[in-house]
Amino acid sequence: MAIIIDETKRVCVQGVTGREGRARTRLMIDFGTNVVAGVTPGKSGEQVHGVPVFDTVADAAAHSEQHVGGPIDISVIFVPAPLVQAAAFEALDAGVKLVVLVPDRVPVWDAMRIAGHARGRDAAFIGPNTLGVLSPGRAVVGMIGGRAESARAWFRRGNVGVISRSGGMTSSCGYYLGQAGVGLSTLVHVGGDSVLGLRIPDVALLFENDPQTEAIVVFGEIGGSQEEDLAELVLEGRVTKPIVAYVGGKAAREGTRFSHAGAIIEGNRGTHAGKVRALRNAGVTVVDSFGDLPAATVHTLIKAGAVR
Amino acid sequence: MARLHEHQGKSLLAGLGVTIPRGRVVGTPDDAANACAELGGAAVLKIQAWTTGRKSLGGVAFVDSPEQARDESARLLNMRVGAFPVTAVLVEERVPIADELFVSLSIDDAARAPILLLSFAGGTGVEDRAAEVHRLPIDVNTGISRGGLDRLLADSPIDPARRCAVADAIESAVRLARDAEARSLEINPLVTTDDGRVIAADCRMTIDDYAVFRHPELGIEIARELDHPPTALERIAYAVEQADHRGTFYFARLPVEPGDLAVGFHGAGGGGSMMSMDALTQTGFTPANFTDTSGNPSAAKVYAAARIILAQENILGYFGSGSGVASQEQYHSAYGLAKAFLELNLNIPALVRLGGNSEDRAVDILEDACRDLPGAVEGYKKDHTPSFIASRFRSLVESAAGAMWIPRARRIPQYVGESSALSFTVRFGAGWEGACWIDPAAVTPRAAEIISAHAPGVFEFSSTGAVTLAESLETASTKDTELIAAEVELARAGVPVLFVDIPIPGLDDAPAASDAGASL
Repeated sequence: MAIIIDETKRVCVQGVTGREGRARTRLMIDFGTNVVAGVTPGKSGEQVHGVPVFDTVADAAAHSEQHVGGPIDISVIFVPAPLVQAAAFEALDAGVKLVVLVPDRVPVWDAMRIAGHARGRDAAFIGPNTLGVLSPGRAVVGMIGGRAESARAWFRRGNVGVISRSGGMTSSCGYYLGQAGVGLSTLVHVGGDSVLGLRIPDVALLFENDPQTEAIVVFGEIGGSQEEDLAELVLEGRVTKPIVAYVGGKAAREGTRFSHAGAIIEGNRGTHAGKVRALRNAGVTVVDSFGDLPAATVHTLIKAGAVR
Repeated sequence: MARLHEHQGKSLLAGLGVTIPRGRVVGTPDDAANACAELGGAAVLKIQAWTTGRKSLGGVAFVDSPEQARDESARLLNMRVGAFPVTAVLVEERVPIADELFVSLSIDDAARAPILLLSFAGGTGVEDRAAEVHRLPIDVNTGISRGGLDRLLADSPIDPARRCAVADAIESAVRLARDAEARSLEINPLVTTDDGRVIAADCRMTIDDYAVFRHPELGIEIARELDHPPTALERIAYAVEQADHRGTFYFARLPVEPGDLAVGFHGAGGGGSMMSMDALTQTGFTPANFTDTSGNPSAAKVYAAARIILAQENILGYFGSGSGVASQEQYHSAYGLAKAFLELNLNIPALVRLGGNSEDRAVDILEDACRDLPGAVEGYKKDHTPSFIASRFRSLVESAAGAMWIPRARRIPQYVGESSALSFTVRFGAGWEGACWIDPAAVTPRAAEIISAHAPGVFEFSSTGAVTLAESLETASTKDTELIAAEVELARAGVPVLFVDIPIPGLDDAPAASDAGASL
């Protein structure tokens, strides 16, 4: 099964003719993703690695319906940050139900407006500032792995889902788990920004409902409330699969400023200690050192009788 | 986050019709006396500093005469808050307070929307009284629900005659937050006065770093939260980051105490950088800076990062490490680093983890290009942990017996600037350009082969030894990545006939540009 992305999903690439768009389209196609169309205004009629380019997402969607057998399932956006909001609105207005926002530096009010727009259309988004999502042996959307042969060499297919707030550490988690013999259902980089589409708890719920996934690995970080909200889901019994987590940023504690208001809303939330405490209190295995993550995951799988 | 001072936030509020205390900001005791006199002789003086609890720091003074204002402001203008010297004092009328409210807008990551916190008991310490704080959702497009706000005020102890003006002020604050793309906006307190006014008595506001480019009117110089005034190097680095948008670049100085084992730190990717810095500190070192080049940065950007890191004095070595399994092609970073290390004739140990795509090639480039440097330059891959590299680093630093880095000017080949050399402009980003120089007389067949392999199509090499540009100047100017690769490959092969001159504004103009004496 896997979550979010597999070989059956029809993917559109916005900003397909740019530096990043071209390179990541190559990765996605080579890895097995069903890339059905690209979009760059003014470039309709061109092709990128054999993918037809259209002026608008609506045109791309019509092409997908007429010639590929169904709607665009996911649109992944590689345009400069100031243009991301317009690109995301365009995809959502064309009926795309999942948008992946790769660019870094998207203004936070733009991200909130995208969230409002998606909510009104019963759609979802991942990012901004995400490396994307990869299901080993199936497909990738975004840029995890960079090149298909690397992505194939680094990540093994299996029964552990990875959720990370750091792009580079998404790949690191996947690679070091693979070195420890652990295979993966899907790797999800939720993005590095404060306002995100799918957050850690949302992705954990997807893994909970995914038959392929038997355990979840989380790379958390200080700030915000994603880890605490995940702990709450576990306490409520809505996420029952075993979770192994690492929370980064312990050393950054002193230098990091929490706003006055954040201290009021969240009480203890946002700090490293608070996150670790909330997760442990919910029964999540939290490792103190990142290097211990693979062994702890193996141990958890053995305990759950889920070693494959 | 880019922070605004109280007086800046207040004047923005005033622009939307919110009443603020009469008064103005001053920078000298004499002007404080004048401002106090303009207010009729009684005033409150407040340091303009990014801190909470100014009163308990002694940063607030109530004065009853211009003379007193002069004396007190002299004291206030001598204060330091953390690493920031106080340079401005706000002189304002004293307001007769009836009610105090706490008004705070922030961004709720779970709701993916702004949220307004409101308490009818304002003042310091409100954060400890969470039970008294009301939470009002804000629609990112339409703002706050006036009906909801009015209902909440109707149940409040606020004088009914002032409730409408209070609601107006809160609505305006929400509008300001949206217009200025604030990450937070706090008015603590918003007061009603005995003489019937509703006044924003304080204002703390931060602007979204990523939106600062859309708000030149705010005059924000560096869109980044630093706990010290930006240093010379931080300004230089910020300009590089703004010019070249290929990947990200972050440079911030960190405090180093006498006796610390200071190290230049170069991370790649936020999460991995943080972990690598932990490994470094656990090995007994102190990072002199935090730097992160990630998201597929150009070789030019990585080069500039290395040059800026190596403009720091008294570091014992150069430690680079990120997530270790990078999606980007790591050889670009290797070329940028090698070029910087070669130009500076690096004589301290430099250990760099280049794990990820093309790591074999990247490590080979870095180590081979730097093989003759006085300092040991070693590259590492994804199967080497940051802790392992940090302990190797420790032993190399120890065998160097405390030799410290002294910033120096870069080495530039002799043919640069000669009329016999061929040169053309190369662009690295908006407003950031340099030049490529080639010494035609020294181009051997082997050199021509290397250039053609790494920067294909840029030059034509005739059988008579003539070198000409094969592309338009415009096309050639965009080939910085290829040309930097060619330069480093030529150096590896011992035929350094091509040089990409990458001037870093501020760093090269004054070779001694450094952060010596900067307060951190």
